[in-house]
Amino acid sequence: MSEMTEIIVDTTRRIFEDLGDPQTIINAKDDSWRAPLWAALDDGGLTRAWADEAAGGAGLSVSDTFEIIRVAGAHAVAVPLVPHLLAVWLCSRAGMALPEGVMTVAAPTGDALPTLAADGTLKGLIGPVAHVDQAGHLAVMAATADGPVAVLVAVDAAMSDPGSDQAGDGLAMVRLDGVTPVASASVDVTAEDVQALGAAMAAMAVAGAFEGALKMCVAYSQDRVAFGRPIAKFQAVQHLLARLAEETAAVVAAAASAAFALETAARPMDAFVDIATAKIRAGEAASEGGLIAHQVHGAIGFTADHPLHRYVQRMWSWRDQFGREAVWAEQLGRHFAAQGGDAFWKTITAA
Amino acid sequence: MSQAIQFDPIRLPDAAEDLRSEVRAFLADNAEHLDRPSRRGFDHEFARKVAAKGWIGLTWPKEYGGQERSFLERYVITEEFLVARAPSQVYFTADRQSGPVILKYGDEELKRQVLPRIIAGECTFAIGMSEPDSGSDLFAAKAKAERTNEGWRLNGTKVWTTAAHEADYMIGLFRTSPATKENRRHGLTQFLVDMKKPGIQTRPILWPNGDHDFNEVVFEDVDLPANHLLGEEDNAWMQATAELAYERSGPERFLETIAVLIELVNLVGPTPDSRAAEGLGRLVAQLFTLRRMSISVAGMLAAGKEPVLEASIVKDLGTVWMQKLPDICRDLGALIDRDLAARQRFEAALTSNMLIAPKLTIQGGTTEILRGIIARGLGLR
Repeated sequence: MSEMTEIIVDTTRRIFEDLGDPQTIINAKDDSWRAPLWAALDDGGLTRAWADEAAGGAGLSVSDTFEIIRVAGAHAVAVPLVPHLLAVWLCSRAGMALPEGVMTVAAPTGDALPTLAADGTLKGLIGPVAHVDQAGHLAVMAATADGPVAVLVAVDAAMSDPGSDQAGDGLAMVRLDGVTPVASASVDVTAEDVQALGAAMAAMAVAGAFEGALKMCVAYSQDRVAFGRPIAKFQAVQHLLARLAEETAAVVAAAASAAFALETAARPMDAFVDIATAKIRAGEAASEGGLIAHQVHGAIGFTADHPLHRYVQRMWSWRDQFGREAVWAEQLGRHFAAQGGDAFWKTITAA
Repeated sequence: MSQAIQFDPIRLPDAAEDLRSEVRAFLADNAEHLDRPSRRGFDHEFARKVAAKGWIGLTWPKEYGGQERSFLERYVITEEFLVARAPSQVYFTADRQSGPVILKYGDEELKRQVLPRIIAGECTFAIGMSEPDSGSDLFAAKAKAERTNEGWRLNGTKVWTTAAHEADYMIGLFRTSPATKENRRHGLTQFLVDMKKPGIQTRPILWPNGDHDFNEVVFEDVDLPANHLLGEEDNAWMQATAELAYERSGPERFLETIAVLIELVNLVGPTPDSRAAEGLGRLVAQLFTLRRMSISVAGMLAAGKEPVLEASIVKDLGTVWMQKLPDICRDLGALIDRDLAARQRFEAALTSNMLIAPKLTIQGGTTEILRGIIARGLGLR
């Protein structure tokens, strides 16, 4: 890790420890923690991490921005940092000015893309969109007669049916019919690129959540005494935690590799194999990993007052965003099947 | 936690990718040696051809005949040979494990005597660890070495010894002192044993299908010269740690059954249905992640680190995965009805790989032992 990266990681960690600690948030029982946390991230330049410095951003690399997401995941971040950063990326890529405040993003592809008509109004139902309740603006790709463009919509102007995700954050379908975007611009990426970058970011957030959950589980197993000794001394518990560590390692490796591949990719889909792999592997790991984390904690972990559920529910909600495992797996499988068995290994080593 | 788990993204350097093209061309030229029906075999002609390319002992010092090339280049040769099912058994253990041990712990005379022979592809090694009463519990080993005027005298029995019937040498673990109260791992010493010495009897132990890979090796008053002791007397347990990182994280820990997956791709064809495509995609993601992790460990080894915890994670994830792989392919392939020739090749690969599957999570450190090591790395023991 470079010195620069270490400073960024330390800054991010300090902000989350001071203002976004899961136990403190649970104890607060209201939303009073939300504004100060976002303000601190904003002041630190983290909410515009990878935007160009000329556009008011911090000009960070993809890898460094992904390290911020990893730390955020390790604190079960409860503010919309991941969708916001993706919206920042899309706006920057399209040369659109960044609005004040929180943004979120939607990543429909193919026929699900909304359309932008010649009269400048949108049409389409998109979603589910995460954190739409907290965001002032929504960035999304839209189809036009001349190809896809990036658009920025004021959330107030769009109709939404409120709901919530696994982790209790706003998740809603958004109707864009008749809405005029606050900005639109042509962009050199496709809707699939936006979805792919979102998938890689979600995988990295899951990786961070695994690191946070593993740390909690190890500490709890060493503190909790049963049958006269810490439960960490029982082989059955040791093997559960070893499995959790293995899954953590796999998700971290896959997500870090996707971030590395994105660093040199002209557009996200150039890193398709690494990204699809990271999203699939993170989603698969979350199934078993979340259950192990709860099993190790016993009943206390399954209470509103204990922070564990914030990690597990968030892993499970992140893995649902930007395409579930099955969606990416079908695409990855078709990619390899099309090359044929004789080219299988060559395709693996070429990625 | 007592230590952080580290899997930084590492890519193979250009030199390794250039070597990959050369390796593929070599394998294409030697197609008649590849993909024999039963596993990697003892093909001495093939071993000599590999040696002529300079690919055995690739990373070793030039003064013993090595090339001083990087560990990541060796990685490429290993994975390409595995996928092509090249018969590397003559030299594989010597190249991976035994040679490096001799380099580190052997005296000058031993190095000059043995290493050039390994590099020439003329020298097969066996590893003498397990015994009838000590498998996973390695430090319960009883086979003993006693001091004589000229050196050491061995007595005892080793079992499950792969390749002992073809081996020129064994590196074996023998008891030189009793374990102590403070340290039950104390008292074992590594020796280099010339397998052609009088007093050594090797008997086959056959696999369920009748294949001969395992052996029982009995030592009766086998005399060794003093310089055949490798490392420190009574302290083999301290030497084993670093060696295990090399042994546990290589591509052989997730590629042994890859043939079934390749035949599945041929079976499902270029435009599979959703079920087959999705199932295949998951397997690709799992394989791809394992390879990234394994290369990450290789990179750490090349940088002189000792990633013991990470290597154990790779071996456990990798062996459990490749053990399940034939079964998952069996299921995914069951509903496909298109190409009879592809079906026959698939079924043949399935049969041979289902057969070896059970042993994959036992050899070289069982699942349970590995999870214990990982738990220790987490600070739980």
